[in-house]
Order: sequence, then C-alpha cells, then structure tokens
Amino acid sequence: MSITSLPETDRSVPLNRNRRSALIALAGLLVAEVVLGSIWKILPQNSAVSPNVFTALMFLMVPPILFFIYDAIWGIKSRNSKMASYPMMLIALGVFVLGTLWTVMFSFTNIKIIPLFTPADWVKGFVGLANYKRLFNTSRWMDCPGLTKAFQSGWEFKCAGALPNMVTYAVLSIAISVSLGFLLAVMMDQKIRAEGVFRTIFLYPFALSFVVTGHVWAWIMSPEYGLQHSIRALGWESFSFDWIANRDMVMYAIVIAGIWQGTGFVMALMLAGLRGIDDEIWKAAKVDGIPAWRTYIQIVLPMMKPVLVTTFVIVSSGAVRIYDLVVATTDGGPGISSDVPTRYIYQNFSANLGQSLSASTVMLVAMAVVLIPWIRVEFGKKSQA
Amino acid sequence: MANTSTISAEPSGAKPKPFITWERAVVYTVLIVCALFFLLPLYIMIITSLKSISEIQGGNIFVPSSNPSLAAWEKAWNSACTGLYCEGIKVGFWNSIKITVPSTIVSIAVASISGYSLANWPFKFSEGFFTILLLGSFIPYVVMLYPIVIITRYLGIFSTLPAVVLVHTIFGLPIQTLLFRNYFASLPQELFKAARVDGASYWQIFFRVFVPMSVPIFTVSVILQVTGIWNDFLFGVIYAGPTNYPMTVQLNNIVNSAQGGKAYNVDMAATILTGLVPLTIYFISGKYFVRGIAAGAVKG
Amino acid sequence: MSYSVSVKNLTLKFGAAEVLKNLNLDVEEGEFIVLLGPSGCGKSTLLNCLAGLLELSEGQIHIKGKNVTWAEPSERGIGMVFQSYALYPQMTVRGNLSFGLKIAGLPKADIEARVQRASEILQIGPYLDRKPGALSGGQRQRVAIGRALVRDVDVFLFDEPLSNLDAKLRSELRVELKRLHNRLQNTMIYVTHDQIEALTLADRIAIMRGGIIQQLAPPQEVYNRPVNLFVAGFIGSPAMNFLKGAVVDGGKAFQVGNTKVSLEGYDGGTNIERPKAILGLRPEHLLIQPEAEAGMTIPAQVELDEPMGADSLVWLVAEGHQLSVRVPVENRPKPGATVHLKVEIHKASVFDAESEQRI
Repeated sequence: MSITSLPETDRSVPLNRNRRSALIALAGLLVAEVVLGSIWKILPQNSAVSPNVFTALMFLMVPPILFFIYDAIWGIKSRNSKMASYPMMLIALGVFVLGTLWTVMFSFTNIKIIPLFTPADWVKGFVGLANYKRLFNTSRWMDCPGLTKAFQSGWEFKCAGALPNMVTYAVLSIAISVSLGFLLAVMMDQKIRAEGVFRTIFLYPFALSFVVTGHVWAWIMSPEYGLQHSIRALGWESFSFDWIANRDMVMYAIVIAGIWQGTGFVMALMLAGLRGIDDEIWKAAKVDGIPAWRTYIQIVLPMMKPVLVTTFVIVSSGAVRIYDLVVATTDGGPGISSDVPTRYIYQNFSANLGQSLSASTVMLVAMAVVLIPWIRVEFGKKSQA
Repeated sequence: MANTSTISAEPSGAKPKPFITWERAVVYTVLIVCALFFLLPLYIMIITSLKSISEIQGGNIFVPSSNPSLAAWEKAWNSACTGLYCEGIKVGFWNSIKITVPSTIVSIAVASISGYSLANWPFKFSEGFFTILLLGSFIPYVVMLYPIVIITRYLGIFSTLPAVVLVHTIFGLPIQTLLFRNYFASLPQELFKAARVDGASYWQIFFRVFVPMSVPIFTVSVILQVTGIWNDFLFGVIYAGPTNYPMTVQLNNIVNSAQGGKAYNVDMAATILTGLVPLTIYFISGKYFVRGIAAGAVKG
Repeated sequence: MSYSVSVKNLTLKFGAAEVLKNLNLDVEEGEFIVLLGPSGCGKSTLLNCLAGLLELSEGQIHIKGKNVTWAEPSERGIGMVFQSYALYPQMTVRGNLSFGLKIAGLPKADIEARVQRASEILQIGPYLDRKPGALSGGQRQRVAIGRALVRDVDVFLFDEPLSNLDAKLRSELRVELKRLHNRLQNTMIYVTHDQIEALTLADRIAIMRGGIIQQLAPPQEVYNRPVNLFVAGFIGSPAMNFLKGAVVDGGKAFQVGNTKVSLEGYDGGTNIERPKAILGLRPEHLLIQPEAEAGMTIPAQVELDEPMGADSLVWLVAEGHQLSVRVPVENRPKPGATVHLKVEIHKASVFDAESEQRI
C-alpha cells in the first residue's frame, strides 16, 4: 500500500435528509459562539485562562459555522468526515504551512522578541538578506577557511561551527549506522539462533531518550574516570581516549553515541525489508549457483531500494535535527566546538530572533535537499501506476 | 569429524555437515561483538549507579562494586539537585506522567479519527492535507518552534502543561495519522460497505466496527507515543516551563548542576530511572515496538 | 411499472473515465438476475451503485417503485452479501446478524425473532454464539447471507459470494442459494465472473463489458443465441469456435476457405450476402464423421485430443482454423486422421465481422 494512493470511494448523500442535523449543529455552534463571547467578560481579571483563548475559539468556530450554513442550504458530501478532519486540517494549514511560511518570511526582517504578525510589520522590518549575511559571517554558525587560506595551509579544509558540525555528524552517523545496520540485518537473516535476543539487544537503545544516551556516553568517555582512566589503570599508561574533551574530535565522540542509539533502528527496518523479499528469489539464485554475498549485493540490495531510501530519509531527517544528544553529551563543548544548528537557533530565540529564523530557513533548505529523493520515489510511483 | 568414517562410497541419506562452518563462526562472532558494544553502556550505567563515589574515583569503570548499594538511587530519586531545588528526579517523573498521559490520549484520538477519515471517507482535498502533514513531519522542528511560541503566548498557555500537550499533539499527528490511515485502509473495504448497508453512521462504524478490531494498532500507537513523548527534551524545555519540566530535562539539570565534583553514581541512577519507563515498555512489548517503528517507516 | 429494481440511464464516472455508460436495467419481482462479465466490466460497480455505496453521476435507481437514487444504503430495502463475507470479527454470529437491526432501533424481541428465523433457514443455529474466526468458509458465507436475510428486504445483492470458496463447497452453496431463492422468492441480483454460476442460477443473465450490458436474456438464450461476438466468446467453456469466411449465394450459404456450408435451417436472418462474416460453432455442435456430405460438412485434420473423463475435447485444423469438438471419449479419432465435421447449422451463430453483431 502506497502512501499516496487509495481506492476510489465516495458516498451518496441524500441531501434533503441531513438538513435537519446540519441545522441542529449550526444552532449549537451559534449558541457556543454567544456563550464564549460573553463568558470572558464575567471572568475574573486574574483568571488563569487568557481572554485570548475565547477569542481564538470563537475564531476557530467560524469555518464550521460557514460549513454548516452551506450544508443546510445545499448539502455537503461526507460531512462527518470533513468535520472530524477539521483539527487535522487546522494543524496542517495553521502550523505546518503557515508556521513554515512565517519563519521563512520573517527571516528577511529585523524583528526582535515582540511577535509581529501582519504583512505591514513585514514590510516595515524588511532587511533583505542581512540576517543571512550576518549568519554566515558568524563563526559560531560556520567558520570555513577561504580558498586562499586553504591553499596556503596545504588544502587543510577544516570547517568549524554549528552547521559544519551538523554535516559532519549527519554524514558519519548516517554512513556508519546504515552500513552497520544493513550488515547486522543480513547476519540476523542467516537463520541464527536467539534472533529475538540479538534484536532486543540491538534495538533497546532506540527506545531510550537521547538525553539518557548522551549522559551514559559522556560518562564512559569522560577522560577523568571513564574508559581512558580505567585502561590506564590497567597498566597501559599511554592509552588516550579524550575525544569528548578535544575540540577537533568531539563531534566523533557524539557520532559514537548516535550510532549506538540509531543502528538498531536501521537494522530493524532493513530486516523487515529483507524478510519482505520473495523466498523464490533465493531459490532461483541458489539454483543458478550465485554465492550468497553476490545475491545480497547484486539482487537483494537493488530490490530493497525503496526501504533504503525511506530509511535514509528518516535517519537523515533525525540527524539534521540533532540537539538533545549534543546537549546531554557535551552541551556544545568544549567551548562551542560541538555546537549544532538547533542549539544555535534555540539559544538565539530571545536575543537574536533574526539569526534564529534565518538559520531555521537554512535548515529547511538543507532538509529539502534530502527530501527530494524520497519525494521522487514516493510520488513517482503514483505517476507510473 | 567422527562420522567421516561412516560415509560410504555412494552418497546416501543426509549430507554430513561439519559442526560449524566458518561462515557461521564469522556471523556469530560479529553479532556477539556488536551485542557487547550495545550492552556495554547499560552494564556501565547499572554498575556505576551501585558504586560509591570513592569507588568510582579509585576503581575501574568496568568492574562492579564490591559493596553495591542503592544509596545513589535513593538520592537520585529523592534529593538530587537540579540547580533550582533539591527534590530529586521524582519531580520530573511526575511531570512526565502529567505530560505523557494527556498528550498520548489527545494525539491518538485526533490521529485515529483523521486516519479513519482519510482511509474510508476521502474527500476532495483530503489527500492534499495529508501530504502537507507528511512533508511537515520531515521539516526540522526548529522551523515551527517560534511560530508555536507566538501562538501559545497569545493564548496565554506558554510555559504550561497545555502548551506542551498541544505541541506533542501537533508533532505526533503526521506519523500517527499515517499509521492509522494505512491500517484502516488495509482492513477489507467490504467490511466498511457491510456496515453501511447495515445502516451504521460515520461514528457508529468507527466506534462499533473499527475500534474494536483495531486493538493492535492502538497498542502500537500508544507505545510509539508514550516512548516518544517520554523521551522528548526540546519541547519540554521550551514549552513546559520550569515547574513542569519533564524527566529528561530534570535529568539534564541534575547532571549539569555539579556542586563540588560530579556524583557519577547519582547521575547514572537518575539516567537509568529516566530510561526505565521506555525500557520497560520496550521489553514488555518488543514485537509491537518493532512493528510500530517499521509501520511508521515502511508504510502498512 | 411494478419492477422490483429499475435502473434508468445510469452513468458513473471516476474522474474522466466512464465506468458505467447510460445503463438501463429492469428487474421483475422475484427474479434472479446474474451480472456476468470479465473483471473491469463494471458489474461490481453497478451492484455498488444499486446498494448506494457509490454515488452515480447521472440517472436514477428505483427499488420497489421508489426513487432511491439519493437514499442511504440502509434505506433502500436491500441486503448485501460480499465476496470476503465482511463479517465483523469482534462480534459473535448473533451480534453480526443483529447489528444492523440494533442500529435501526428495532425492539429486542423482534430482533431475536428475526435472528431465529434466519438461523433456521440457513441452519446456523449451532454457531450463533461463536465468532466468525471460529467458522469455516462455508459457514461464514451462510452467516453473511443471514445478515441480509434478517433485514427482511425486497432485494438481495450478491457480490461474487462464492469466489472465496473451494470448488466443492462452491457447487454445494450454489445449490443452496437456488433453494433459498425458490423458498424466499425475493429479487436477487448476483455478480459473478463464473459462467457456471450464471448459467445455473440465473433467470436472466446480464452480460457486461466496458460498462455496457451487452445482452440481457435467459441463460439458454445467451448460450444459444449470443447477440454478438463478445458474448459468444465469453459464454461457454471450452469456448465457441469461430470460422472466418463470407455469407454467399444470396445468404443461403457460408463460405469458409474452399468449403461451403448451407445456412438452411439457420436460426436468424441471413438473406443478404456479406463478404466478411464469422460462423460461430460450439464444440458440441460439430459432429465428427468419416464421410463428407455436400454443404453439410467441413474437412478437417485431427491434431490432438484432451480426454476429460466422459468426454474428450478433440482439436482439429479445418480450412486454416483451429477448432475444438466435444466427442464421447470412446469415439475420439486418432491424431493425424482426416475427418469431416458435420455442422448443426440450426444451433450455430453467424456474425457480421465488422459490427460483430449476430445476424
């Protein structure tokens, strides 16, 4: 079953019959409107409920009222279904569409904390690409050596800052967790004993919070009393594992924690994909004398393309969002050397909203780049069918 | 191999096999090594939480305590300091319960009805709205965080429980709706038709025919939502307000409020306590958990 | 005007595609109508329109003289039986039977009496308190029929009700359905792609293709006098033999290759010559004989035979056409032999090759 296609069904509605219930609903809504309109006036001044709540509710009831007026006069198909989907539609339009648009639009303005809503505010505060210029000139967001500088240092092209950190984390954690996850899934698919035990072990970190994961790994990797200390105490004096405290290595430490948490998830998806492959493919390959590893690479892997794409999209949308793991493991440290975009954006909410909004928009664009392959797979299917 | 001698010149009967082939040995070795890697943090969490501070400072991270005690657990639960006050992580535990229960109920109620509408009563723009939701689930949360701050502030619920419940409902909606929509679409269409011939209305079909036969998907959905909401950090820290901070935020504050040297044993005890609810759900409901994440990802 | 079900100029569109095209159908009181056709012909769609499960684009539906075009399924006086039984899995058999009655708000005693009657007719009394999961396929289908029965309706709609059953059960339930119809004398409209079901059950068969009813007639007529090439080819197993040729001699003979077959005694009007025509002959309407008879036989060469118990299907080549002939198994000729096929022209059909209509 594809996400985007459903069987054609609709229902015939006897228009004359539903009029009465439409009128009842309409009357109910109008009474509610009146009650809401008068109740906040008699509410005590220091009430815990803001008067705005009533205004908002009254406003939200306008579309249903218009809906039932239309219904009472001309009749509406699938009325219950449409009404019941109202919260879903409201969230889709009001939060996902309008919220995103708001962020993108106001990233071109110099607004501060006070929220601005209107197009007039937008025009007044419009500053063009100023926020973006400032953003990419902020070393905490991105600090890459220019071409000349890179040439002088012998092409040592090392970027610092929140955005490059996120890219480092995303590329490494996706590459490692997807390949390790696939490898584990293939091994789990070898009719092994105690498969359930192994699956439980590989997957349990995924049930945990990133905060939990972060603190455990911070403890294990802490140079003070953790792994390094313990191995040195065993006599290997020169052993060194201080990534978490090392500006250049700290992102790799976070990648380790991320892999620990996410590989089981990839494994579970891949295993589901492997199990979904027709048994007869295996029989045919066996009769043809193709060795198992070649079957995996040349036949099974291409057949799993949809699963791989879905996995990739999910894992990368998670990696782009990385926040809790960093906060728990290093809280961006040492210094700001493991800062990530979400943390940067959140910390600028109060003082520097323009930076937050422009950085958010950059993240949106980054995610769009990742989403394109998935959209092509998911929506391309429909046009072929 | 003991049975080599019994092989006659002509192959006959079961083909003799070695006790273990080298391929199998490789498979098991890799699996066991990986299993150890995945188990290590759990092991270290547990043994650290049972040690005393002096044992931690003097001993080896891998070696369990010679004198295990639950003192650190007691402290973590009852009296660990978060920087604001010293009432332990139990405050966060109850806050997380207060957040998780209503968020789970509201989000599943909205999502199951939306999924039912989309699957069985599609209308002109229903798939369009659904596509928006689906794409929306991939948009980085940060993009919508500030608009929601504005909305909740306008409604006067910013930094309160209703705000965080609202946010969890909003962000849980796409995946939950997908889950229910695909499940209801996978039920036989004829069942829906039969109910309509029997005269059942939109709500009667949902509550009397579909819900009773959808216990598995509701279970999956509850598991996904409870673990997801329990494990959330970002929404809790932004929208809940300090008095309602969920357990994950409290844990982070306890670990970070080092007063005179880090108390790793207390930190690890608090960490285990925070992970205990999702872990318990995970171990009890193993199959459903796997099904949930697979259904959310690979579609019905 | 006292038709039980009457469909007037019904058109149904899914987007731009017309699934049913200006369709008319009148069903008499107590009639058993079978809608038959290949998949995608619109037969199930038509049934869903009758049930009110699909909204039609144009036209009207009348049931018992009442216009029900806009009525809810439950208000149409219909009961429906589905291919997958569609029993509510969480309810007992009794719950399944009484669900619709409870929704309609019938008094308890009335519901009980109706369930009792249905369970007696269908002999499902012993399973009333079981859940559908504990029943066999045949039992489930009986319960599904019972669900239509308790509604005490005028019209029964069946959507391929026997397709999910194995061959043996299918033939048993087929007989039971016929018995049920004899007893209840309700109007029944029955969708199937199985022509045996259609031929055995129907008072009249409506053969559909491309959203159009091609022929609506009693089974024997559909079998013996198919109105066009499609119906002729669709009904009958093994399929009808088609010989391409021409109607010659002023409509008195059919010329295929070098052979002429007299059309004397043909059941239809062929008094004009047609340069392109098709002679349709069912396998049992050809007789194998050793000698030729002028104007009556076609020479043929035996290719192979397929013995099927009592009969054998013999495959021959005659005038460049491959033909099958059904013969008693003991009379089958040897492969390679040359024989003559005697045409029972009064049972044959001749079609115009252009219009594909019977002439």
